Amino acid sequence: MISFEMPEKIQQTVTLMTMVAENMMRPVARHFDEHEHEVPWDYINFMHDANKQMGGGGFVPSTEKPKKSESGEPKKEGPRIGYQRLAYSAEVLSWGDTGLYLCSPVGLLGAAAVAATGTPDQKARFLTRFGGDKPVLDAMALTEPHAGSAMPAMVRTTAVRDGDSWVLNGEKIFVTAGHKALVDTQGFVVVWATIDPSAGRAGVRPFVVEAGTPGCTVTKLEHKLGIRASDTASVVLQDCRIPFENILGSPEVEKKTTEGFKGAMATFDASRPMVAASALGVARATLETLKDFLAQKGITVRYGLPRSRLTNIERELIDMEVMLRSTWLLVLKSVWMMDEKKPNNLEASMGKVRAGDAVVKITQRAVELLGPVGYSREHLLEKWFRDAKINDLYEGTGQINRLIVARRMLDYGRQELS
Amino acid sequence: MYSFEPTEEQRMLIDAVQRYAINDLRNAAHDADESGELPQALVEKGWELGVLQASVPEAYGGFGEHSAVTGVLAAEELAYGDPAGALAVMAPAAYALPVLLAGSEEQKKALLPPVIGDSWKPFTAAFIEPDFDFFAGDMRTKARKEGSGYVIDGVKAMVPFADRAQGLVAYAALDGKTQAFVVPAKAEGVKVGEREKLLGLGALPLFRVEFESVKLGGDAWLGDSPTKDAGPLIAASSVAVAALAVGLSRAAHLYSLNYAKEREVFGTPIAQKQSIAFMLAEMAIEIESIRLLVWEAAWLLDSGKDAAREAYLALSGASDMAMMVTDRAVQILGGHGYIREHPVERWYRTGRGISTFPGLAMV
Repeated sequence: MISFEMPEKIQQTVTLMTMVAENMMRPVARHFDEHEHEVPWDYINFMHDANKQMGGGGFVPSTEKPKKSESGEPKKEGPRIGYQRLAYSAEVLSWGDTGLYLCSPVGLLGAAAVAATGTPDQKARFLTRFGGDKPVLDAMALTEPHAGSAMPAMVRTTAVRDGDSWVLNGEKIFVTAGHKALVDTQGFVVVWATIDPSAGRAGVRPFVVEAGTPGCTVTKLEHKLGIRASDTASVVLQDCRIPFENILGSPEVEKKTTEGFKGAMATFDASRPMVAASALGVARATLETLKDFLAQKGITVRYGLPRSRLTNIERELIDMEVMLRSTWLLVLKSVWMMDEKKPNNLEASMGKVRAGDAVVKITQRAVELLGPVGYSREHLLEKWFRDAKINDLYEGTGQINRLIVARRMLDYGRQELS
Repeated sequence: MYSFEPTEEQRMLIDAVQRYAINDLRNAAHDADESGELPQALVEKGWELGVLQASVPEAYGGFGEHSAVTGVLAAEELAYGDPAGALAVMAPAAYALPVLLAGSEEQKKALLPPVIGDSWKPFTAAFIEPDFDFFAGDMRTKARKEGSGYVIDGVKAMVPFADRAQGLVAYAALDGKTQAFVVPAKAEGVKVGEREKLLGLGALPLFRVEFESVKLGGDAWLGDSPTKDAGPLIAASSVAVAALAVGLSRAAHLYSLNYAKEREVFGTPIAQKQSIAFMLAEMAIEIESIRLLVWEAAWLLDSGKDAAREAYLALSGASDMAMMVTDRAVQILGGHGYIREHPVERWYRTGRGISTFPGLAMV
């Protein structure tokens, strides 16, 4: 039955995360914007403690069957809402600050890859560390200097089997939180490499590279337009030896099908909705702040009026509200599908496209509408305008996601539409 | 709990309505738009699907429960076939649902059974007014108390089937609040004007109607408290029209998508060009998200909460969606999109009307 009733558990998550956002993020958002590459330890430690108190499994929903209760009766299974809750967390924490959200030691993109494609043993090895004594971060290393959106098909980083291990060689750039995952904490990076360069995309697999692995070095930190609290690292892999069991997915190359590759790509069906949710958190923060500023000047929206009777500002605000809510529902549907174990590849990309568009448009307009106030670094609007743009770029640009949507709808492959 | 899945029962209704929309409404749409006439048998067949009957409880002649969500799902499918045909089939709902949602027990018992019969009957509503700045919350058609009854004065535009109406619900301002009144077809002072000639909806007979000191009984007003207005009815109508916009946009999207896969340029289908493929992707994204906004507004209506703001936003988004999608559909067909052989120019004309149509339908 179609329903838009927010489950109580999600309501609780939203309340909790809003407190975190208001108290731990907003007050320091400007500081970490102005002190790029300074590690926000207070936030990281706080989130780590909070996560431990809540069970410590990290934010990525468990895919394991619920444990039996003491009486031996299987626990009654409620509707699965793990990914919906995760999306709400991403939204609210990004409403607090996107850069800081990306520093959350709770398992983000790398953990999502492990959760989506890992074996139970791999999940135990890599995901339990989020509940350990010290905070750890994870990251995903996909982009290489020669190719971004053509990834992972164009991967040049190689993984060569050598007995019980893989030896990785190559360079990765634009690794979000790479420094925090590999240097500042004992985390891990999911590195995409090819096990058979002659096999093209069919040979590409994600590998888990843990912090402290010899041959894995962070070589550069980027200076960015926004999300400055989050480091964006270059990672060089030079004869980097990792255990054989660190491959996510099948070690066999099936050249005819691309099943192994497709399985790995399932990661994006989980990660794109989170980026979309994060984008919409910034969009909501911006719209709320814009409305607050205008309300102080006595300007509020008169809902219900025909456009001929509305002011331009009212029209703008109404457009933004429509964009924000309709996009949120699309993102919510895409994570609901994950929870329901329905294929959500199309919806994940749809939500990503629209959320990227929405947050960019809303932040651009808000800064414009508030003139010198919007443009001033006294307020966070100009920062959100800068933070927003990343959402139209990472986890697949708006164009790559349009391509995915178009191929799906048209039932085209790479040959027909590229 | 969140869920985006219709019930089994709704699924069956959607399937039935969709078959009718594709096989009957769509096939008749071109000729009906050109000739200005929908075959009566076509409308009757749509009526037999029982969309309205299933929203009215047994006590008043129907066989179900009212649900705006179900209404939205059905409206979407009907409009997927043909929005004008959809509005014809749904016209009695614009009369019956205000009675069901705002009427007293006596009004429901007296007024609903004649509408909910075996055959479709021309019951309708008079809502829109012929002014550029028409606003449902500030109507120029006025009602005033006189003795135990009411007197209505004003002019209404785009009243479906007014020339043959067996009854209509008229909206007018009473003490500054928009209220709904039941007007008998033969009431003195109801003057049905010429059939309106419009940009779209050629198949739907719409008329200018003048109320000249129309005297109504005390039982004509649909409401239980003068402190409340017809806001919930206006919201339900906005949501209904937004649902029509979703169906219309889905139709335009799929039609242009199929065309793009067939039509070749420089030896390859135009759908294989990013400029076209991206347009189609953006259309689909727009439709999918606005559709959920409309569903949410309908769900809010069903939950009994105030849905005025959400309904307004849904309509606002739906109007922009319909214009964006139908414009691109015409564009994708190129010159052929401009030719009346293809339905996209008709949907383009219909799409422009979405913001004006509230009052014509109700869920």
